Amino acid sequence: MKVARAHPLWLAYLLHRLSGLGLALFLPVHFWVLSFALNDAAKLDAFLTLTEMPLVKMAEFGLVFLLAVHLFGGLRLLALEWLPWSAPQKTWAAAAVAGSFLVSTTFLLQAI
Amino acid sequence: MPERDHLTVTVQRGGPDAPMRPQTFEVPAYDNQTVLDVVSWIQQNADPTLTYRFACRVGMCGSCAMMVNGVPRWTCRTHVSKVLDGNAIEVGPLRNLPVIKDLAADMDPFFDKWVAAEGRHHPTRSRDEEIAPIDPIAAERQEANAGIECINCSVCYSACDTVAGNPDYLGPAALQRAWTLYNDAKDADRDAILDAVSAKGGCHSCHSMGSCTAYCPNELDPLSAIAGLKRATAKRFFGGRK
Amino acid sequence: MSEFHLYMAQRLSALVMAPFVLVHIGVMIYAIQGGLSAAEILGRTQGSVFWFAFYGMFVVAVSIHAAIGLRTILGEWAGLRGGARDVVAAVIGLGLMALGAQAVWAVTS
Repeated sequence: MKVARAHPLWLAYLLHRLSGLGLALFLPVHFWVLSFALNDAAKLDAFLTLTEMPLVKMAEFGLVFLLAVHLFGGLRLLALEWLPWSAPQKTWAAAAVAGSFLVSTTFLLQAI
Repeated sequence: MPERDHLTVTVQRGGPDAPMRPQTFEVPAYDNQTVLDVVSWIQQNADPTLTYRFACRVGMCGSCAMMVNGVPRWTCRTHVSKVLDGNAIEVGPLRNLPVIKDLAADMDPFFDKWVAAEGRHHPTRSRDEEIAPIDPIAAERQEANAGIECINCSVCYSACDTVAGNPDYLGPAALQRAWTLYNDAKDADRDAILDAVSAKGGCHSCHSMGSCTAYCPNELDPLSAIAGLKRATAKRFFGGRK
Repeated sequence: MSEFHLYMAQRLSALVMAPFVLVHIGVMIYAIQGGLSAAEILGRTQGSVFWFAFYGMFVVAVSIHAAIGLRTILGEWAGLRGGARDVVAAVIGLGLMALGAQAVWAVTS
């Protein structure tokens, strides 16, 4: 029998798990590429020119998204588990953090 | 009047000796009808060998829970009209538990974990002493009250994907029970409770996916109770008392 | 390490990383303006005690955090149990720490 379970908290759990898994798999590649800088900066540059490709740009966007979603999902979990707040308080806190992050990132993008 | 005079009801049959297989029955439809009524109709009128479990029929005993269209529910208080998918219902035994036969799940692991979570009273006084007064408006008491209406139906245990993936996990009901005792002014051994829920498969295995709270038929909140245990164990780790 | 200690290590490493990740995202958004180059990255990081400490602590925290998270996933989704799972998780954690240390050294030394 198919199990029905797609309620918001369950989806948040799945998103947190999949983003964490994705980040963990990406991490060794990230470290490996950066370590080129030690003995071969040209090799690192060759790699970095790849980042100009649209497909790679999309992948980068995906990674930043995974990181952001895992960060806020994790802060949500920490608040849920460790802060004896009521549910509406937590919703407002999450909205406030997400909102201020959006505003400050937009500011940063405009400023530079 | 219902749109059609019959429901198509698929029931999971089988058990340890025979693999589970679906069997479909046409059951007369009525205006007011619970899922338990439908299952009982099949057993009384179509196939007397169908095995299922119920007792009180009014949502108190917690014995009639089954999977209904993929969701664990107390069948005696689930109206067919609320769960009908087209004109069909699929009924199966509770998930995450062994099947005894057909729709009757073996509740032993569920209750064993209740014990493993230290879900028993540790008295502060003997029977010869006076009964300790309880302040009903104390915050602690409110916290305990929030969880004591559990009827042990195992709907939350069946809904939880952490239970499905981790056989050691004690599950929402047992942990909520531990949390109510932890907040009980008459419980004398809170450290034993925190030790039990900190062991392998304890509250720290929970991923807060909240299916327990989403599907509890009594609208209890095991998710928050488990969060309370996590908070209490973390506090104890940093040397704080409650 | 009990399940409880792993839980605490997971949550504390997360708390340590929260500000790091915010800074990391900020630096990424800043750094990709006008394209990435090795010279630009190294110009920012080489010889900097601040970035050495920042990325050094980040690597330690993320190795612990990722190893514990993958240990849970290996148990729940891959059915790996007992000592084998703990060994795999420890290897993942130490491997990430070694690779990460190499990367930090490469960009800050």
